Amino acid sequence: MTDIATPRGGVMTGTATRRRGVMRRFVPNTVACVVAFLTAFPLYWMVLSALKPDGEIQSLDVKPWTLHPTLDNFVRVLTGEGFGRYLLNSAGVALSVVVLSAAVAFLAAVAVTRFRFRFRTTVLIMFLIAQMVPVEALTIPLFFVVRDLGLLNTLASLVLVHLAFTLPFAIWMMRGFVAAVPEALEEAAMIDGAGRATVLWRILFPLVAPGLVATSVFSFITAWNDFIFARTFIISAKDNQTLPAALLVFFKPDENDWGGIMAASTLMTIPVLIFFVAVQRRLVSGLGGAVKD
Amino acid sequence: MTAGVTLGRRAVTPGRRAATAGGRARPWLYLLPAAAVLVPLFGYPVYMLGLLSVFDYRQAQVSGGQPSTFVGFANYATLLGDGRFWEVLLQTVGFAAALVLATLAAGAALAVLMTRTGPVPRTLLSLAALGAWAAPAMTGSTVWMFLFDADLGLVNQVLGLDGFNWFYDRWVTFAVVGATIVWHSFPLVMLTLYAGIQAIPASVLEAAALDGASAWHSFWKVIVPMLRPLVTIVVIQSVIWDFKVFTQIYVMTNGGGVAGQNTVLNVYAYQTAFGSSEYGLGSAIAVVMTLVLLAFTLVYIRALRRGGEGL
Repeated sequence: MTDIATPRGGVMTGTATRRRGVMRRFVPNTVACVVAFLTAFPLYWMVLSALKPDGEIQSLDVKPWTLHPTLDNFVRVLTGEGFGRYLLNSAGVALSVVVLSAAVAFLAAVAVTRFRFRFRTTVLIMFLIAQMVPVEALTIPLFFVVRDLGLLNTLASLVLVHLAFTLPFAIWMMRGFVAAVPEALEEAAMIDGAGRATVLWRILFPLVAPGLVATSVFSFITAWNDFIFARTFIISAKDNQTLPAALLVFFKPDENDWGGIMAASTLMTIPVLIFFVAVQRRLVSGLGGAVKD
Repeated sequence: MTAGVTLGRRAVTPGRRAATAGGRARPWLYLLPAAAVLVPLFGYPVYMLGLLSVFDYRQAQVSGGQPSTFVGFANYATLLGDGRFWEVLLQTVGFAAALVLATLAAGAALAVLMTRTGPVPRTLLSLAALGAWAAPAMTGSTVWMFLFDADLGLVNQVLGLDGFNWFYDRWVTFAVVGATIVWHSFPLVMLTLYAGIQAIPASVLEAAALDGASAWHSFWKVIVPMLRPLVTIVVIQSVIWDFKVFTQIYVMTNGGGVAGQNTVLNVYAYQTAFGSSEYGLGSAIAVVMTLVLLAFTLVYIRALRRGGEGL
């Protein structure tokens, strides 16, 4: 494979080169397609099983398709188990985290890039170290902090905690994007008589918006996917459950309702999937930007 | 608009804004919202984690029935003398190491593969990888559990293994959970490295090929050195993720598997604290986990520095 794949010197005729090209790409193309299929398969299986009628799920003769797609599982999950409520809770928490994190991180990023002040380096290093702390290790103390704030069983506890966890990374990333905007733009606006707030929110903020997209995806995913904190903080208030923790309800000791579990999983995956595909280019380039900085 | 006038006159470094009195306080004003969140909800919990780990803190102390007593390093001594802790620690290190190697090998191999395919297979692979990356840990766990379900799972039916339980034997369970985690985490490595390879000037790779470098050689001798900062990030990221894995183990093995045989450090800390109400001991485990990760990160970065690589 290595031999075929290595490009050799180019004295061949056009057709020969092209045929050689097709040959050279045959193996990689096949491998890529097989891997793509295997990687996508669990997701396909999830959606398919969610759409299968109950009889086919229980059947011992599994088929990789269904001729009788039905929304029964979704209806049962959304009405019977109150998943609509959990979906809203999750969305509310995740969107609050995204908006707050973007605004707070933007301000902090401006502070560390546009000003030079005592302890500036110290502050920067603190943000860096904070990213290395495995936040799950803080579950135990945070449980007591949240309890003392009287926020156990509230969605606010999840918003606050995820805001804290996403900020160090968001600030670190926004720093690069703010630094990339020429200061002359802000200076020109100020000479034209624009106030500080105007310069900040009307001039600088729109310019770093692409960076905010990449940052926001990470904030959204962190908050949306969280299981451990939701499980720890939301103990008795069933109404304030978020999706990942609520999904556990379906696991019964003897008989799992796989149709329901797959429907709930599909509901939980689709928003993130759309989000990811929509911003995929910025995702990787955003990461690259943060890395190079 | 004194600030604006000052700006116009002064030198070119960002330092100039500190000149006015308002300018000196301003960066702190901008940092205030971040501090208001991070100090109580990040800094303080870190401090409190350390504090809890040196106290005898259990259910009686939580409910206020008994005063909490300072026990020094007694919790740590308990851990070090506990065979169960060592078993979990070693198991976690081994599991994480296997996951990191598998994730990096798969991610890097596929990134190189992507540079050699046509556009259609490449797009298919990217989209599939994005899907696996996007899938929440929770739903990834449920789907893989369903695929490997003893009675109704697809895998058993395809392989003709009637009623084989994949979540019974310790190592088989680790393998299935590990596959789920690698499925989740290889896309980040693959897409990041692919983007990095794209940024390498084509002439460099062509020159290597003309000089007779095989794919294997040009990967190790050209791509990896040129992408050192990216590789560093994905290695550290993978180690951190895989060492503190929680959701997949907790959900797929129902809290640690048969008799807790699949427990990893993060789950162990959680169970010790919230399951057995040993909050002090649980905190000590969490501290150990944090220190192991910090030590790894620092050693790794130092090794890179010594190798003459700037981060």
